[in-house]
Amino acid sequence: MTTTVSAPASAPAKVAQRPGDRWFSGSALFAGSMILVTLAAVAVFLFVQSIPGITATGEEASILKDGDFWDYVAPLAFGTVWAAALALVMAVPLSIAVALFISHYAPRKLSQSLGYVVDLLAAVPSVVFGLWGIGVLAPAVQPAYSWLVDNAGWFPLFAGPASGTGRTIFTAAVVLAVMVLPIMTAICREIFLQTPSLHEEAALALGATRWEMIRMAVLPFARGGIVSAAMLGLGRALGETMAVAMVLSASGGINFRLFTAENPNTIPANIAQTFPEAYGLNVNVLIATGLILFIVTFLVNAIARVIVNRRKDFSGAN
Amino acid sequence: MNFSRIARITAIGAVAALAVTGCAANEAAPEASTAPEGATLSGTLVGGGASSQEVAVAAWTKDFQTANPDVTVDYDPAGSGTGRESFAAGAFAFAGSDRAFKTSELSEMSFETCAADAGIVEIPAYISPIAIIFNLDGVDSLNLDAATVAAIFMGDITKWNDPKIAAMNAGVELPDLAINTVHRSDKSGTTGNFTDYLSATAGDVWTHGSVEEWPIAAGESAQGTSGVVQAVEGGTGTIGYADASRAGDLGTVSIKVGEDFVAYSPEAAAAIVDASPLEDGRGEGDLAVKLDRTSAEAGVYPIVLVSYLIACETYADAAQAELVKGFFTTAISAAGQDAAAAAAGSAPISDTIRTKAQAAIDLISTK
Repeated sequence: MTTTVSAPASAPAKVAQRPGDRWFSGSALFAGSMILVTLAAVAVFLFVQSIPGITATGEEASILKDGDFWDYVAPLAFGTVWAAALALVMAVPLSIAVALFISHYAPRKLSQSLGYVVDLLAAVPSVVFGLWGIGVLAPAVQPAYSWLVDNAGWFPLFAGPASGTGRTIFTAAVVLAVMVLPIMTAICREIFLQTPSLHEEAALALGATRWEMIRMAVLPFARGGIVSAAMLGLGRALGETMAVAMVLSASGGINFRLFTAENPNTIPANIAQTFPEAYGLNVNVLIATGLILFIVTFLVNAIARVIVNRRKDFSGAN
Repeated sequence: MNFSRIARITAIGAVAALAVTGCAANEAAPEASTAPEGATLSGTLVGGGASSQEVAVAAWTKDFQTANPDVTVDYDPAGSGTGRESFAAGAFAFAGSDRAFKTSELSEMSFETCAADAGIVEIPAYISPIAIIFNLDGVDSLNLDAATVAAIFMGDITKWNDPKIAAMNAGVELPDLAINTVHRSDKSGTTGNFTDYLSATAGDVWTHGSVEEWPIAAGESAQGTSGVVQAVEGGTGTIGYADASRAGDLGTVSIKVGEDFVAYSPEAAAAIVDASPLEDGRGEGDLAVKLDRTSAEAGVYPIVLVSYLIACETYADAAQAELVKGFFTTAISAAGQDAAAAAAGSAPISDTIRTKAQAAIDLISTK
């Protein structure tokens, strides 16, 4: 029996486009390109304004004191990444756990109200977090810091002398973790709810317990979404200005000690504190530090995307 | 269906139109106020500089504008450095600065607002005592001398019950607690004047000289006066320095002057300016005070910040000269100084300074 092979179909007839189609696709294209244009405009501004700052010396820009630009920005970049990393280490497991609880463990009523409360946390302004940090959190954890420094001071991270007010990089990281938690939890919650129920039921039918079902069906499916959520949280943690500026006692250089008063400052907090009285080339130097932050965020996001894409074929979504 | 779509579009259009009308500039003319008698000044006076004077300048502006309703005074608290530079460049008609121009700067810079070859007028218009604040349970006041304070902030004395502190404070229960020093993280005239005091009185202990940015990495750093006060309040065994008007009910240090221990007060702060000579080698209107921090006169509090108002001796523009003269006169008047004291917590200048400053202001004229 010969199989008839049909001739390759000619190009499909053009679908009739109503005005609504054209309007909508046009405005979607416009919106997408506006995002790119805005990003490009910010990048161009940063590049153009930073060039005089990067090449400035200590005499031209008083903010640089004796060194050059790279001596100035190195501790700031380290402080930014270190505080954000500490915050993410604390926040990512917690937000995944909260999201799993809301989507898979909690009874419906409780999950709805818990989701609502977490969303409310996202609405609190960062200045309020800063005030809470210096007023409540720092004095409350300071005794714990003293105890850890006295008893576990041999561990490099816990080396002393302990801060007397509790305004350390660890406190700032805790405040940052509280601030990024709601964003990550909201996204993770939505992702977990999207897991195909057939996958979940298949796992349960094979005899898996609830935790095993989550491990087999939910988490692999949600891996890309969790990384996206973490990247959003990281972006917020890297760029957080007021809370860190208020909570952190920043007088030191690059060091890994968590509980002392000599902490490296972060780039956005430094800009917020120094910009009001900056003039001339100092402003360019500060904008150049902003450019470094932009590049760091870009790099970290790119690395995360690469990691996700390498495992794309194995994720449950395919 | 069509009707509801049209209705929706119309509704959106109406809302947008209403929203845009809200953006229209306020075209209502300001109410004509009856000018008080004798007010003939009008125009805009633009100045800027020290942020320490911001609140005081606002009080003087209010008084000056009430007496002269056609005048507008703008003050940009961009910092003393920016104020001096912008004044020299001609952007400001007057400047506020936490330190007077150095004589080297005066000979090198050219002042665009002033008529050629004219000198400048600098008057000390704002005196603010700097208190050394600390947080110790049950202790409201401590007696310390300059060498001990310098040692504490250098990190040489680390415990509150150190014998050097106990020696000057008989009868005070000092706990066995570590001392946590708090300093300013930003560049500040308060730091500049505090370190100037330490290097003048205890230069062998405090080896970093007079600097506006805190030179030691150790210790807590906080942003602005309010940051330092909050850090001292929130910590245990903390000590810091801040503008006295914000000290609140924290414990303060009485500093040793001569043989007595003097607590800060507006009178004591003004007294140190009286007791200090003027710098020599300057013009007649340039009242730069060389603060004698080591003065042993009775009742002076030497840790003060003196902020200056700077103007030209001769303006090219007659109207500007009149405005500057009027504003400065309001600033140094007894009423103006009291208003600034109430608003900003500064120390009113004494009558001696007022007379000298008024003489300097009278020199302001037009070519």
